[in-house]
Amino acid sequence: MEILFDIVSWICLVAGSFFCLTGGIGLLRFPEFFSRIHAASITDTLGAGLIMIGLMFQAGWGLVLAKLILILLFSLIAGTTASHAMAKAALKSGLQPQVVGTMDSETGGAPSKS
Amino acid sequence: MFTITALVILVVMALALVRAFKGPTLYDRILAVNNFGTKTVLLVAVMGFLYGRPEFLDIAIVYVLINFISVIGILRFFEYAGKKNAEEEA
Amino acid sequence: MLYVLALSTMLSAFWLVNSGHYTPLILSFMVVSVIFVAYLCHRMDVVDGESQPLNLTFSIPGYWLWLIKEVVVANIDVARRVWLGPKSISPMVINIKASQKTDLGMVIYANSITLTPGTVTLDLQGNRLKVHALTKEAAAGLITGEMDRRVSRVEG
Repeated sequence: MEILFDIVSWICLVAGSFFCLTGGIGLLRFPEFFSRIHAASITDTLGAGLIMIGLMFQAGWGLVLAKLILILLFSLIAGTTASHAMAKAALKSGLQPQVVGTMDSETGGAPSKS
Repeated sequence: MFTITALVILVVMALALVRAFKGPTLYDRILAVNNFGTKTVLLVAVMGFLYGRPEFLDIAIVYVLINFISVIGILRFFEYAGKKNAEEEA
Repeated sequence: MLYVLALSTMLSAFWLVNSGHYTPLILSFMVVSVIFVAYLCHRMDVVDGESQPLNLTFSIPGYWLWLIKEVVVANIDVARRVWLGPKSISPMVINIKASQKTDLGMVIYANSITLTPGTVTLDLQGNRLKVHALTKEAAAGLITGEMDRRVSRVEG
């Protein structure tokens, strides 16, 4: 049982590290601010989530587990709200996203002119 | 295994710092600093396990909250500073 | 009153998890501070169905499971595009309508969109959402409105 937990936790840690690295590279590689938010949100959700789950398997039952769950919940909620606040502030300050097109759900999903 | 994770997180923090220095807009820098903060939380948590001292998790909890408040505070500040500053930065 | 009780329970649980010391002295500190914070929140008039959404208690876990699945799928897609390079993305701005009745429902919907990598809510005015999507596929997925229907069902 110990060994099984160790293996699962290592897999989670390695996968989490991989997603964090992907997010970091995306942060450098994507061309403009609004697409970089998406790269940052990879590290915020699955990267942080998998690393925390990996640590949870090492923690065993107790206060440490509860604290890890708290950190995960806080970072998910705070990360989401912070990305939204940044996107909204950037839009309000006049930074325009470079897009290939816009869509409107009321026109039945048909692309309208950008 | 914790060592590898900690090293990868350090690399990602360096990547975020590169983006924070390169810019080009003010909001890219804020995004990079926010990402840096998230990675710090993960690093603190992993370090706690690496040294076998789970008390580090308390620091991580506080850091999550401070990171969020500081980003919102910075955004508020530049929202009131207005459009002009953001363009000068660009 | 029910909401004040729910808030006090949450605060006590938070204290117990974070403290780790269960001596009578520390526990009495807990009781005093929980009562003080609950009183402050009551005075600020923020203790209501919006800060303590008790009516969602049974309907939201199922939605969370579905949302975790969506987040994992979207993460893998965005991660693939990071490694493929900037040529593989096609950013779009879309306008969609939120069909939720309450403000809380709309906030859950907008936050779920932001939580999923590949889509970020830019603005929320009335019941119109402005969303930035990283790819055409992510935009098309939102326009089908599955997430919207599920949030409406959670809201009840």
